[in-house]
Amino acid sequence: MKLTKYLAVGAALTLLPTLALAQEAEAAAPGFDEIGPYIMTTLLFLVGGFLVFWMAAGFAMLEAGLVRSKNVSMQLLKNIALFSIASIMYWLVGFNLMYPGEFNGYFAFNFVPTSLEPVGLDAADAALDYASVGSDFFFQLMFVAATASIVSGALAERIKLWPFLIFTIILTGLMYPISGSWQWGGGWLSQMGFSDFAGSTIVHSVGGWAALAGALILGPRLGKYKDGRVNPMPGSNLALATLGTFILWLGWFGFNGGSQLAAGTVGDITDVSRIFANTNMAAAAGAVAALILTQILYKKPDLTMVLNGALAGLVSITAEPLAPSLFGALVTGAIGGVIVVFTVPLLDKLKIDDVVGAIPVHLFAGIWGTLAVAFYTGNWGAQITGIIAYGVFTFVIALVVWVILKGIMGIRVSEEAEINGLDTSELGMEAYPDFAKG
Amino acid sequence: MKLIIATIKPFKLEEVREALTTVGVRGMMVSEIKGFGSQSGHTEIYRGAEYAVNFVPKVKLEIVVPDGMADQVVSTIASTAKTEKIGDGKIFVLDVESALRVRTGETNDDAL
Repeated sequence: MKLTKYLAVGAALTLLPTLALAQEAEAAAPGFDEIGPYIMTTLLFLVGGFLVFWMAAGFAMLEAGLVRSKNVSMQLLKNIALFSIASIMYWLVGFNLMYPGEFNGYFAFNFVPTSLEPVGLDAADAALDYASVGSDFFFQLMFVAATASIVSGALAERIKLWPFLIFTIILTGLMYPISGSWQWGGGWLSQMGFSDFAGSTIVHSVGGWAALAGALILGPRLGKYKDGRVNPMPGSNLALATLGTFILWLGWFGFNGGSQLAAGTVGDITDVSRIFANTNMAAAAGAVAALILTQILYKKPDLTMVLNGALAGLVSITAEPLAPSLFGALVTGAIGGVIVVFTVPLLDKLKIDDVVGAIPVHLFAGIWGTLAVAFYTGNWGAQITGIIAYGVFTFVIALVVWVILKGIMGIRVSEEAEINGLDTSELGMEAYPDFAKG
Repeated sequence: MKLIIATIKPFKLEEVREALTTVGVRGMMVSEIKGFGSQSGHTEIYRGAEYAVNFVPKVKLEIVVPDGMADQVVSTIASTAKTEKIGDGKIFVLDVESALRVRTGETNDDAL
């Protein structure tokens, strides 16, 4: 943006004879042709941004519904705390680490807090070929919050509050921005031809890998795997879980649609429309696939799996929501739903306790969605490289951070606290305190 | 006075209440309970994992009536709650030592 301004000044100086003419042109108010695209794209970021913000509510409700009633307050506290921490960390370092401009492609030594345009920006000083920094920052920070939400669901009902929040600081301030810069910051993966439109891998799998590392170090909830049997712990409120899923579904239109990153031409805004329709189709297909499959496998449909199926459909289409036809989106989403139905029990077999199904939904469906992009780009090598790079980087660092946190302060509550529930033992505040207190 | 404790299938509650009102029962206590008898439990599947439901939901009625009414109340519950399928419930009859209505201080049969 600044560069363009100096160039304009330079050009004006070298062309002294036409200086008067240039001044005249500057004095005239810019037409809609000049500033329209900037305004439209900025609006796209703002609308997309608050839709993705609403996904924080979706995650909170989904998780509140799928944990047992004795842990609901603590799960809600973690959700609002992690969103707020992510917002601050992304301002402090995240945004400029992830979008450093020119850098070596792997890691930008760009630890600068984000600053926005001055109040009342003049059109001549705006990045007219893109959007306002304010809208871009606002939009992108919602994504990092989504990544952190994924981790909280998998580790619910047994992790201590503060170590979890410290992990959130590292994830949202450093891990996600650094790996994100490889692709969205113009780093080595984008130069290689890797493609991940709205972040099946960059956002969802990264959250999934961090959650998997945490679940391995933390261990399962007490009594979840006893005598070689899986002991289900049904969620406290499936109405909240369903509401949460619908909220996430709504938010996803902003997540994928906003990731078009442009709305100022007929082509761009039509593409945004196509993305909305494809995103919806993939979610629907994931839900229907899980509905039919659980009916066949278990003789009764499983609502929680249908909810996970819709979300897996959404994660699957996120890597490429634009290129597919509606039928292509249906196939991509349906396969996501199938993946969830088979991998939820698989994790249980491996004794990895993921309370809300975050790892099947965000990691496994995210890998599928990212691979599926190659059907459209043909570049299998880049897709596989990207998946492995994000996996190794996030999983290894997350594992190290969890081990260090475990060594320093312990990451798991005591046995008694876990049995009594985190609401009374860690928070002293129950979500449903009616009995003998009302 | 007799205390009649009956466990019945939850969906039969309204029918049993109506029948008991018709034969002159003027009050009862109802609670949602879980338990097992010869019906035992069954299995369900949650997120792909099978688990045993060892306790089946039932409704428990507690009714205190004068001695002379007890047999009629028992037979009314038995005939109304019956589906002839396993899990219809059980009825117990116990002696009651005394009763007192808190508002008026009336005792025993007058308090019922």
